[in-house]
Amino acid sequence: MFAPAPLFRHAGITVAACLLIATALTALGQGLWDVNLAYSLAIGLISWLSIDLLRLRWRESDDIPWPRGMRGMAVVPLGIAAGLILGNPLGSFYVQQLHPELPAAARPSLWLPLAITMATSIAMSWGFYVVGKSRNLQMQAEQAQRQAAEARLSLLQAQLEPHMLFNTLANLRVLITTDAPRAEQMLDHLIAYLRATLAGSRHGTHSLASEFALLADYLALMQIRMGDRLSYGLHLPAELAELPVPTLLLQPLVENSIRHGLEPQLAGGHIAVQAGMLDDRHLLLSVHDNGLGLPALPGQPPSGFGFGLQQIRERLASRYGSAARFDLTADSAGGTRACIVLPLKSQP
Amino acid sequence: MNTSPPRALIAEDEPLLALALQQLLGQLWPQLQIEARVADGISAVQQALTLLPDLLFLDIRMPGQTGLEAAAEIADAWPEEQALPAIVFVTAYDQCALAAFEACAMDYLLKPVQAARLGQTVQRLQQWWQQRQPVQGKDLAMHNHRQLEQLLGLQQQLLGQVPAALQIIQASVGNQIHMVRVQDIIYLEAADKYLRVLTAAQEYLIRTPLKDLLPQLDASEFWQIHRGTVVRVQAIASAQRDESGRLGLLLRDRPEKLAVSRLYATRFKAM
Repeated sequence: MFAPAPLFRHAGITVAACLLIATALTALGQGLWDVNLAYSLAIGLISWLSIDLLRLRWRESDDIPWPRGMRGMAVVPLGIAAGLILGNPLGSFYVQQLHPELPAAARPSLWLPLAITMATSIAMSWGFYVVGKSRNLQMQAEQAQRQAAEARLSLLQAQLEPHMLFNTLANLRVLITTDAPRAEQMLDHLIAYLRATLAGSRHGTHSLASEFALLADYLALMQIRMGDRLSYGLHLPAELAELPVPTLLLQPLVENSIRHGLEPQLAGGHIAVQAGMLDDRHLLLSVHDNGLGLPALPGQPPSGFGFGLQQIRERLASRYGSAARFDLTADSAGGTRACIVLPLKSQP
Repeated sequence: MNTSPPRALIAEDEPLLALALQQLLGQLWPQLQIEARVADGISAVQQALTLLPDLLFLDIRMPGQTGLEAAAEIADAWPEEQALPAIVFVTAYDQCALAAFEACAMDYLLKPVQAARLGQTVQRLQQWWQQRQPVQGKDLAMHNHRQLEQLLGLQQQLLGQVPAALQIIQASVGNQIHMVRVQDIIYLEAADKYLRVLTAAQEYLIRTPLKDLLPQLDASEFWQIHRGTVVRVQAIASAQRDESGRLGLLLRDRPEKLAVSRLYATRFKAM
């Protein structure tokens, strides 16, 4: 995207610098003010315009508006050369037209403009570069902050999916009069699930045991609702219980399994959640169901399906880089298998 | 005045909720007979067409097919000499669906179903039941027509909320993938596990179910005319009724004659 605003700002600053140079030269006894200004504006504006246009032309991304490598180094010298070669004759032309009485010797020599142009161009380019960069960094920091806040919010929203909440409350409402002990049980699961979800949305990691406890509560709630259409197994070896994992990492996968795999299927089905070691440095977490399987249209997942998965990918990438893996595969026997591989030690 | 007791069917996949709705209805409307309780969208259609109840309570999210799909299928296959049942949809939370119900004046209940709210629905239904005359002939057709229009309007509302995006359908022919432009499609027809895609010159088979493809087509360009048929409006030359009253479409660029089912026939009327 091309934004003209910085160009105008740079132009204004360049004109101001030219005025300053012309005034300084005149004060130091170097010729007439208007002659100095004519030279300085001609050389300065051409240098600036060449530098700015070259860097815009050669830049590789919108985030870093300065070209890399040889081109990046060539921009300022090329701009200086253009300024001197085109600007000097313009200055001479001004003198010939308005001050024909001045002898050739009274015109500024070539060395002084060269030195001044080089010094100012380099200083100003560097200044613009630094200001632009810090602005960009600030913007990136703000954006990252905003994204983190949005991610937390959407995680929480996904967790407290209204359809699930209201259906659970509807069941609870029935049980209160028909089966009070079971109502109490269901309420306890709901409380534990809500508490763990709220805590999880605030913290980055918790133990694998906490994640499994959350899943147990969620699945118990779902089982009261779905009756014998849902069966499940949770398998967490005791020696892995205390390993830290990102909060609410598996819950969206279990929810997807229920919502897109088992709920639409007449007979319901089974969900198995397992934790194990892939090798001595990697943890393998898997959610496997025998439901309907992946949607028929790739690239057009049903609503709510893509979001959870995208979020898992992003969270894994930001925490573990390329050391973590997430695969969603169709099971040969129907159903879906989601696998997450995590390094035991997070990336430095 | 209608003196026989009304008969109802409840379709709800969560057993506790189905039972509770039945009990609550029993308290609020003792005369109402609950003929059957089913737990999925397929059985809902089967049972409704077997029992021909006066009232349907349909959960929206159900296994097999949604309550909305079931309602469309029931209305389509309902015997013509019978008055269509009144339909009340039940849902926990479906923002789009709620807006659509309000627009179409169909009654709906939110879960958890509360006695006071269900009481209002029951009152409305009782009124409807008492005013319902044993209608016949032309009056019945008119009566059913209005209800079909409501149902179709609901379907359109829900479809219209999904942005149409599809430009190309990728169909495999032998070892090639053909890129079929959506603008070239004359009609789509479900056939067993496949979907037939017909252009003026060719026919392709794809595996995507019509149900998944339909929301991605522009609803003003493509009209559903049957449970398994969607046709480009501009490709229709004329619609005509045969001796038995069934509506059929003649196409501009294809020789086939397409049958329009009852629910969708309400869309074809002279301006």
